[in-house]
Order: sequence, then structure tokens, then C-alpha cells
Amino acid sequence: MDSIKLHYDISATDFTRAGAASGDVKRTLKALGVSPATIRNVAVAMYEGEINMVIHGGGGVIDVEITEDAIRMVLADQGPGIENVELAMKEGYSTAPDNIRALGFGAGMGLPNIKKYTDEFQLDTALGVGTTLTLKVFMK
Amino acid sequence: MTVQAMMEQLDLRLLTGGDLSREVTGCYCGDLLSWVMGKAQEGDCWLTVMGNINAVAVAVLTDCACIVLTENAALDENAKARAEQQGVTILTTAESAYQIAVKLSAVIA
Ligand SMILES: Nc1ncnc2c1ncn2[C@@H]1O[C@H](COP(=O)(O)OP(=O)(O)OP(=O)(O)O)[C@@H](O)[C@H]1O
Ligand SMILES: [Mg+2]
Repeated sequence: MDSIKLHYDISATDFTRAGAASGDVKRTLKALGVSPATIRNVAVAMYEGEINMVIHGGGGVIDVEITEDAIRMVLADQGPGIENVELAMKEGYSTAPDNIRALGFGAGMGLPNIKKYTDEFQLDTALGVGTTLTLKVFMK
Repeated sequence: MTVQAMMEQLDLRLLTGGDLSREVTGCYCGDLLSWVMGKAQEGDCWLTVMGNINAVAVAVLTDCACIVLTENAALDENAKARAEQQGVTILTTAESAYQIAVKLSAVIA
């Protein structure tokens, strides 16, 4: 099949829409007959990335490319960047403020989940410049 | 057992109706969304006090069978609307997650 490209603009503080892009990708993959296991991997990774862009990254853009053998996601924001990536990748580490925690976020499990549910994971970040996640999930 | 049967046996009240004929195959308890996101399984009955729109998104993406709001936790208006739109079943009870989980484990095959 030809590759399918999807693009989403993620707004900075709109929690009510957060999850819409991941939901849309999930529906697309389902319609394409992709396996539930693969869909789950993509859904978890993309949702966590999307939420991080909203909460920490000041919004950004997500590009998804679906090919015959994989789903590639690039999530890019121009937010504050991550100071200590090693720490940010640790389960339980979170800088989410109290008002965000009250919504159920801030377990510090987002980035670890993304890593766990993807086959390829690359995090590029620079302070004051932004953060880009490049992820790949192979079709299973 | 189906969501419908579980609702009747455990005396849960329906807030938003999705597919009540769906099979409940397990149970997950938790309020921290990315914890649930990473751990809940398809077909789980998710017990939580988190009745906001983000919980609905997590339910959709994990494909859990339904959400049960325990201890009469509130369901936000926008969460209710989103759940209806996305076909997510949300049930409510005055009982705690522990009480519901104990009962559920006795009835699901
Ligand atoms: N896009 C981003 N821009 C800036 N900082 C980020 C970004 N994504 C993550 N971080 C930083 O990394 C930390 C860990 O992220 P992670 O997603 O694991 O946890 P969390 O978002 O704080 O909580 P959870 O995802 O469990 O709700 C965040 O608290 C934040 O400090
Ligand atoms: Mg996160």
C-alpha cells in the first residue's frame, strides 16, 4: 500500500482536545485492519506524547506516516526543552504542577510508557528550543 | 460476562451507554492516567474516581470495556458528552474500588 500521512496541530493548553489526535490515528489504523497489539502500542505512545506536548511543551505538531511495515510518529514542540533527559525517562519523575496532577497526570510514567510501547525511540531536546520525539512501531 | 450483566449483578448505575454487550475480561484499578494507560488491558473494567475528559480518552485508547466511577465520584459534563460521542460506557456506584473489585472477581469467568 502507499504510505498514509497524517498531520495534527496540538494546541497548548486545550486538555479537552488532548487525545483527539491519538484517537484519530487509532481509528485510521483500525480501518486499515492493523492488529490490535500494534494499535495499542501506537495509541499509548502517541497519547502520552500528545499530552506531554500540551502539558509541558506548549503545544506543537505531530506527523504520522503509516507504511506497510511500520508506523512512524514525529512529535515536535518549541517548548522549554528537557533539562535532564535521564531523569525525565525515570519512572515516577515528574515536574507536573498540582493543578495538572489533580487531573490525573503527573505519575511520571509517560516517557517510560512511550519507550516501552515503541520499537524505535529517539528524544531530541534542547533548552529553550524544544523537544522532538521520533518514534516507530513495527506492524505485528 | 457482559457489561450489562455486570451492571445488574453489582448494582451499578448507568451514566453513559456504550456497547453493553461487550465482554468484561478483567479489572484494573487506578487514578493516575499514564499508569492506567500503560497497564490496563483491552476488555478491563476500569475502576477509578477520575471522571474527567482525559479519563474518557484513556478508556478509548486502552479499549477497556467500561469505566466504573467508584464512591460516587463526579463525572464532568464535558466528559459525559465525549463518552457518549465515543461510545464509552460509564457506570457509577457508591462502593469503593476494593468492594467492587472483590465482587467482580467472584463473578467474572
Ligand atoms: N515535551 C516536553 N517538553 C518539556 N518537558 C517535557 C516534555 N515531555 C516531558 N517533559 C518533562 O519530562 C518529565 C517526565 O515526563 P513523563 O511524561 O514521563 O511524566 P509526566 O508527564 O510528568 O507525568 P505522566 O506522563 O505520568 O502524566 C515531565 O514531568 C517534564 O518535566
Ligand atoms: Mg507525561
